[in-house]
Amino acid sequence: MSSAFTTSATTTTLTTFTTTNMNIRLLKDKILSKLMLVFTLASVSLLVIIGIGLYYKSIPIIHRLSWGELITSSIWKPLKGLFGFFPFMMGTLWVTGIAIVIALPLCLLTALYIVEYAPTRVKRILTPFVNLLSGIPPVIFGVWGVLFIIPLIQIYIAPHFVEFSTGYSVLSGGIVLAVMIFPLIVSIISEVLRTIPQELKDASLSLGATKWETIKKVILRKALPGIIAAAVLAISRAFGETIAVLMVCGNNAAVPHSVFDPGYPLPALIANNYGEMLSIPLYDSALMFAALLLFIIILLFNIISRVILARLERKLAA
Amino acid sequence: MTQTPHISVQHLNVHIGAQHILKDININIPDKKVTSIIGPSGCGKTTLLKSFNRLWDNTADVKITGKVLVDNEDIYAPNAEVTHIRKKMGLLSQRPYPLPMSIYDNVAYGPRIHGIRKKQVLDELVEEQLKATGLWNEVKDRLNASATRLSIGQQQRLCLARGLAVGPEIILGDESTSALDPVSTAIIEDLFISLKEKYSIVLVTHILRQARRVSDYIIFVYMGKIIEFGPTEEVLLNPKEELTKEYVKGYIS
Amino acid sequence: MKGRKLEELFFRILMVLATILVAGSFFLIVGTVFFKGFHYMNLDMITKTPGGGFYIGKEGGVLNAIVGSFYVAGGATILGLLISIPVAIFINLYMDGKRFLSNTIRMAFDVLFGIPSIVYGAFGFLIMVYFGIRASLLGGIIAVTLLVIPILVRTLDEVIRTVPFELRDAALSLGSTRWETAKVVLRQIRPGIFTAILLSFGRAIGDVASVLFTAGFSDNVPTSLHEPAATLPLAIFFQLGSPVEEVQGRGYASALILTIIVLIITILSDILIKKFSKHKI
Repeated sequence: MSSAFTTSATTTTLTTFTTTNMNIRLLKDKILSKLMLVFTLASVSLLVIIGIGLYYKSIPIIHRLSWGELITSSIWKPLKGLFGFFPFMMGTLWVTGIAIVIALPLCLLTALYIVEYAPTRVKRILTPFVNLLSGIPPVIFGVWGVLFIIPLIQIYIAPHFVEFSTGYSVLSGGIVLAVMIFPLIVSIISEVLRTIPQELKDASLSLGATKWETIKKVILRKALPGIIAAAVLAISRAFGETIAVLMVCGNNAAVPHSVFDPGYPLPALIANNYGEMLSIPLYDSALMFAALLLFIIILLFNIISRVILARLERKLAA
Repeated sequence: MTQTPHISVQHLNVHIGAQHILKDININIPDKKVTSIIGPSGCGKTTLLKSFNRLWDNTADVKITGKVLVDNEDIYAPNAEVTHIRKKMGLLSQRPYPLPMSIYDNVAYGPRIHGIRKKQVLDELVEEQLKATGLWNEVKDRLNASATRLSIGQQQRLCLARGLAVGPEIILGDESTSALDPVSTAIIEDLFISLKEKYSIVLVTHILRQARRVSDYIIFVYMGKIIEFGPTEEVLLNPKEELTKEYVKGYIS
Repeated sequence: MKGRKLEELFFRILMVLATILVAGSFFLIVGTVFFKGFHYMNLDMITKTPGGGFYIGKEGGVLNAIVGSFYVAGGATILGLLISIPVAIFINLYMDGKRFLSNTIRMAFDVLFGIPSIVYGAFGFLIMVYFGIRASLLGGIIAVTLLVIPILVRTLDEVIRTVPFELRDAALSLGSTRWETAKVVLRQIRPGIFTAILLSFGRAIGDVASVLFTAGFSDNVPTSLHEPAATLPLAIFFQLGSPVEEVQGRGYASALILTIIVLIITILSDILIKKFSKHKI
């Protein structure tokens, strides 16, 4: 009799406890989810905040000289308040252009070899080294550039073409950059190549085509959008690389006219002069403007290549 | 069967990785007839077919021993020219794989690779093969459109036309109608029947009714071995081996 | 026929050469640094801070920079994790049903991933100026945290996505809340989290542009967040810029130290990734 009484009391306590426990858990979950939402929104809006922040700081110089003048003028005399960014943009373009011209064909050939021709053992040995390359810090690439590339150009290459070169040139910057973007291009193109179905290659082979003809006429055609996306992504990575290029490209504020001329890409400009930023009027705004330019260009390139890759993925999944 | 067989397989053994897929295959494929290879899934039908045009060359871990004689030449001989061999055979896969180019270029792909460049010759070739596969009237106004725009049934016929354009002697079909609707299936089956006047045809199929409709001879493969080979009616309706009887049991109706 | 075969042979040779060049450049770079830096390497380098006159050739080492780098990279990684783990969990477990939104967020992080470190450095500097923080350990940590958040989110996101949704469903059908499910998932991907830490640490320790304006530089090991901190990459950069050969040589040795640290981290994380994917279903 008494036991039945106690049992129902226990049951009630148990039920109340479970319900309270449940409420606590649900409350915890709710609070945490709101917290996570805040973190997520904050992180994503970082993109916007950076853009706005840089723009805000650039306003003084945009007021002083119009966008057009800033981008097209070559006169860089900060003490006189003259800021023409043209040489720096050209420096960036030269260095990046050289890097892509060197890296794209080499990496395309490498990716084709690894995916289509290499025996499994060779593949397993080679692939890690391409990946390890991507882990090396940029400053080490710069050191290598100074130790190896500069003398290479100064002593062995330039004398064939020009009278005198210190070796510090956009060519050096381009070569160093090219090696830095090797892993990126190889990995994206390899992935794209791997998505091409074996049956499609079989179809071409069954018609009597050689492996190379199949690559030329079928595989490359199918992989073209992916290759372009890889190139665009690599370009955007190359644009922003600062220290490695800074150490080898000469840092001379003039528009380069040949590959052996020194150059002064935008990131190097920012990095070299930040120290004086606050001492010369408008200088800080000018450097922030340079950062803003970089930000916008890289943003655009990134979005374009991601869109291409996403569309490619969707088409293949269909 | 007093005719010379078109393909003669002698002591063929295929190992994929550690697995012994095809075990001591000895078979002769009759000339200018349709031969179907039937059997349960996973027992080596497609492996056998693909070993006829050396398509296993590109897969790692595949070991092939034995001889496959086509027109009395062993295609696995060390100095055999593989693109020459493949030219003799046309392959039709399970799903159509149009090359990423226009309808015209798909059919012209093979001839171009083998050296035919004159536009007039190519035009005639393309028209001839598209007509042979019944596609001409459907596509003659849009030869430059991308081949991927065609329906699946049309694509498969395009792949057939593409395969015929290189002037093969043998057509290999790997369950080539399994992705198609009944109408397209019927069209392709009729094509096989009419094409046997000029080509020897080897088909892999798991549809016994199709095998009966289309083929002259049947090979029954089970667990990597050839169990029975003979004229269609015999194998399907009056099989000699126990295993064959088991497999075709449900068919006799 | 001959022409076709020749063409194939030609391109095959080209391909092999290209591959050797690309894969071999790793050896070229590491080899050059090892070769040049080994000569100047001694125990002092890693155990002492710069003595007076270090930059004109006298005694000392780069302990200040080594410790400074570890502090900055470590602090940034911890801070980054605190933010990135909730974000990665949120995108995957709390946003079910809103495919488009979560994919847009992923794309935003992909874009953030592509922004160069100099922009993060510049922005970090802006933040520091705004809040009145001087160039210091704290400043460096802030800027590098911004840099590593996209790396962490991306890696963690990929790792979480490998967890089969049946596991999540199992937890949910037992009546767990989303947060409790998250704890289960986190437990499951522990090696993946470790990989993410290694990856971001490796990136953080080797980067220059983000610490350039924000962490300052000092000859001493920083003892508080408000002191400026030396970092290895910057130390290398400064030493190389000196006209004194002895100092330049020590720059190479510092480069050697940095390379070894990063190689260890990279190889460790590669091993972990392989170990991790062995258990994938």
